[in-house]
Amino acid sequence: MVTNVTNLGRSGLSDWMMQRVTAVMLGAYFLMMMGFFVCHPQLTYEEWRSFMGNSAVRIASLISFLAIGGHAWVGLWTISTDYFKPTGIRFLFQAACGLALVVYFVWGVQILWGF
Amino acid sequence: MVLTVEDKRPVNLDLTTIKLPLPGFASILHRVSGFAIFLALPILLWVLDQSLMSEESFGELQNVLSGFLVKFVLFAILAGLIFHLIAGIKHLLMDAGIGETLEGARRGAGITLVLSGLLILIAGAWLWLPM
Ligand code: HEM
Repeated sequence: MVTNVTNLGRSGLSDWMMQRVTAVMLGAYFLMMMGFFVCHPQLTYEEWRSFMGNSAVRIASLISFLAIGGHAWVGLWTISTDYFKPTGIRFLFQAACGLALVVYFVWGVQILWGF
Repeated sequence: MVLTVEDKRPVNLDLTTIKLPLPGFASILHRVSGFAIFLALPILLWVLDQSLMSEESFGELQNVLSGFLVKFVLFAILAGLIFHLIAGIKHLLMDAGIGETLEGARRGAGITLVLSGLLILIAGAWLWLPM
């Protein structure tokens, strides 16, 4: 079995599965949010705030932010291995993407619990 | 791959002379849209932050988002998300063994492009037409 230290899980197969599972979670979250917006054309701050502050929605948002991290990491990793053959450049690209994803996640958590 | 002098196979790296089949076209768009969403995430997070911070920032955001150029950026992000979602669902169906033939792959790519095109049009109407 081929393993790679920059894999997210222990193998390519687990990364592949992770990308699929997170894809389904992100799809469900996207549809839920679009459904909410379509159902509230004249959205007020109070409505929006109470929706996003609802515990179930907060948990769904948190899970989705985590899922974005995992999904995009595997996706960006795949892209990096396709286009950047020199190890140094590939590593730099992966490091930049990984850092961005961690920052996004922490920022997202701050937003979710900051209102 | 190491090309040696004896290697007589033709190499064609002139992208303008390569005609991508429909599934290939849908595939590269899926990759481009995924990367674009990644780049757009700070914008989405900023919008989320402004929308929740306070009643005032919410109102200000509504103003900002109604500007034509900003609305266009929002539309582009939405279009990327819609295409990535539809092409992603097609990808998952094919992973499950559905439509994994040459004909199936062509039809799947066609359906993906038409369906996401339609949904993107609807999203544009939803953003721009007064409701
Ligand atoms: C919300 C943020 C999302 C981001 C930032 C994102 C980003 C990406 C990236 C960068 C890739 C790599 C593309 C490639 O390897 O060519 C990818 C692949 C993929 N995405 Fe997403 N994606 C998101 C949401 C979704 C959703 C909602 C779905 C729903 C079905 C989805 C389904 C997939 C699938 C199935 C793949 C694998 C493609 C492959 O193996 O070639 N993604 N995504």
